[in-house]
Amino acid sequence: MNSDALAIETRQLTKVYGSGNTEVVAMRDVSLVVRRGEVVALLGPSGSGKSTLLTAVGLINPPTSGQIVINGQLVQDGPRATVNATAFRLAHIGFIFQKSNLIPFLSARENVQVALELAGWGSGKARRRALELLDYLGVADRADNMPAGLSGGQQQRVAVARALANEPSIILADEPTAALDRHRGRQVMELFAKVAHEQNAGVIVVTNDEQTLAVFDTIHEMEDGLLRPATGHARHTARPIELV
Amino acid sequence: MNLAVKDIRHNLGRFALTAVGIGMLLMVVMGMGGIYRGMIEDATLLVDRTGADLWVVQRGTRGPFAEISRVPPNLADRVAAVDGVARARKFVYHTIQREHDRKPFRLTVLGLDWPTDRGEWLPLSAGRPITHNHFEVVADRTLGLDLGERIPLGNDVYTVVGLTTGMIDSGGNGLAFFTATDAQAVQFDLPGEAIRLERAARRNRAGRIDLSRTQPALLERAGGESVAIPALPPPAVSAVLVDVRPGFDPRAVADTIAGWADVSVHTREDERQLMLAGPVEKAKLQIGLFRVLLTLISAIVMALILYTMTLDKLQSIALLKLIGAPNRVILGLIVQQALVLGVLGYAVAYLLGQRLFPRFPRRVILTDDDLLSLAAIVVGISILSSVLGMWKALRVSPNDALSG
Repeated sequence: MNSDALAIETRQLTKVYGSGNTEVVAMRDVSLVVRRGEVVALLGPSGSGKSTLLTAVGLINPPTSGQIVINGQLVQDGPRATVNATAFRLAHIGFIFQKSNLIPFLSARENVQVALELAGWGSGKARRRALELLDYLGVADRADNMPAGLSGGQQQRVAVARALANEPSIILADEPTAALDRHRGRQVMELFAKVAHEQNAGVIVVTNDEQTLAVFDTIHEMEDGLLRPATGHARHTARPIELV
Repeated sequence: MNLAVKDIRHNLGRFALTAVGIGMLLMVVMGMGGIYRGMIEDATLLVDRTGADLWVVQRGTRGPFAEISRVPPNLADRVAAVDGVARARKFVYHTIQREHDRKPFRLTVLGLDWPTDRGEWLPLSAGRPITHNHFEVVADRTLGLDLGERIPLGNDVYTVVGLTTGMIDSGGNGLAFFTATDAQAVQFDLPGEAIRLERAARRNRAGRIDLSRTQPALLERAGGESVAIPALPPPAVSAVLVDVRPGFDPRAVADTIAGWADVSVHTREDERQLMLAGPVEKAKLQIGLFRVLLTLISAIVMALILYTMTLDKLQSIALLKLIGAPNRVILGLIVQQALVLGVLGYAVAYLLGQRLFPRFPRRVILTDDDLLSLAAIVVGISILSSVLGMWKALRVSPNDALSG
């Protein structure tokens, strides 16, 4: 496989918490490849190591051993990051979580704008871009609302807008539809697929929502810290949903 | 986008209340400094206002403010005869406590050597200076007397003919200016029975010596008025104030007078230093230490508040870190909020103080230097007190955003 086509590559990632009698292996020799434009689903029961893998790839939670390569660049070698993790996240990675995780003292627009300004955008330009993204996600009319004044679905769409703000080359989503109804959940998953294909980004989504699996290019399953290809999951064919 | 301002706006009510609380604490710190300055001003007020170059007092004493001093009234005439002396004034100074409107009435009596000293140096805010040798008084407004009011002291009644503002002694008591003669009358006022007993005692003492048998009139004199007995001195005064002629060195004049065996001489600067090193020294130290303590307490309270504010934002801080905010952005958020809190608190302290301090019983003087120093201290406290919050913020992992 041409390495230039790879968005994410993990090489035998292992994460061990504690030591001696309290040692817990959360992730064992996980090797995963995500191509550019590919949307990958990560399934598995609670405690299987999905979130550990996601946070390791996001340069948040370093592995005990193994390597992580993003866009052909070695970014993590064992527990040591080979790049400035904060700056790298800002430039290349978009995060979306189960809870929308908006900053409560910023409005919907400002939540998106802050990510742009941190990346060096001027205030006016960042403001316009934030409004464009909110419009793209159908929540422009709520731009000046504070997070507490938004519904769960609206909050999640603002969080997606923020994750997309800096046109990341990889998007990591941890159960992004858990707080949404089925319709909104489908919308968000469709959106990931659209962004992945349009921006040529690699997307990993941790999910247990089998209704949305149709949008994924690849499905992996984790159990007891081990990664394996998914088996027995029906690929639901879904009619594309127009974003509201 | 200024994250600190956004967060403050979001929690405006709580932040404003916190700023008012800090402000009140800082107001106490500011007030303590003002009271300290006020004490110094009060202590040196008379020394500066009387304008005397030299203070001639009882030998070996630091009077008349630091301790009791008694000199004979004719000392003024002796001093006036010294070369280089332009004017010598008798000065009477003592504190009394009586009742006025059924409340304790404490005032410091100051006797002016009328007509040599007519009190032209008094800062009159109403009425006129003393124009008669007896029964007139110029009182400070802090005593609560009205112009034209008549106050009985001893056997006499005195009329308030003038009012001053800000003339108080180092203990905070209002000053009342009388002629020296009246001030002595107030000081040495004795009940009729005490005078009768004293005269009887004098007569008994005279009766025990042979002289009274050969000179019977002596017995009669001994039982009469003190002023009719040349051997008894007139009431003493507290000090003699000396104005030195232009062109003469006050120190040289002081050396001449200090050569007399019965008096000590202090220059104006000596007298100022005696006041500052004497009656107000301990109070000054006490207030200074209390001020340091309050400043420390303010710093601790601010640190706790900022720490709590940081704890409230841990999830947001983790999230900001997760989306790529460098530490300087996070630290900037905390330091800016600390500075805004400090500046607002300072403003509240200043504005509240301007309204409250004039109502204090003691004078509170806010000097520009003190206000600037406190402002610098507040900035320092703000930055220092945010260290705890910054330490906590730096320990936040982006991973915490996922667990929230």
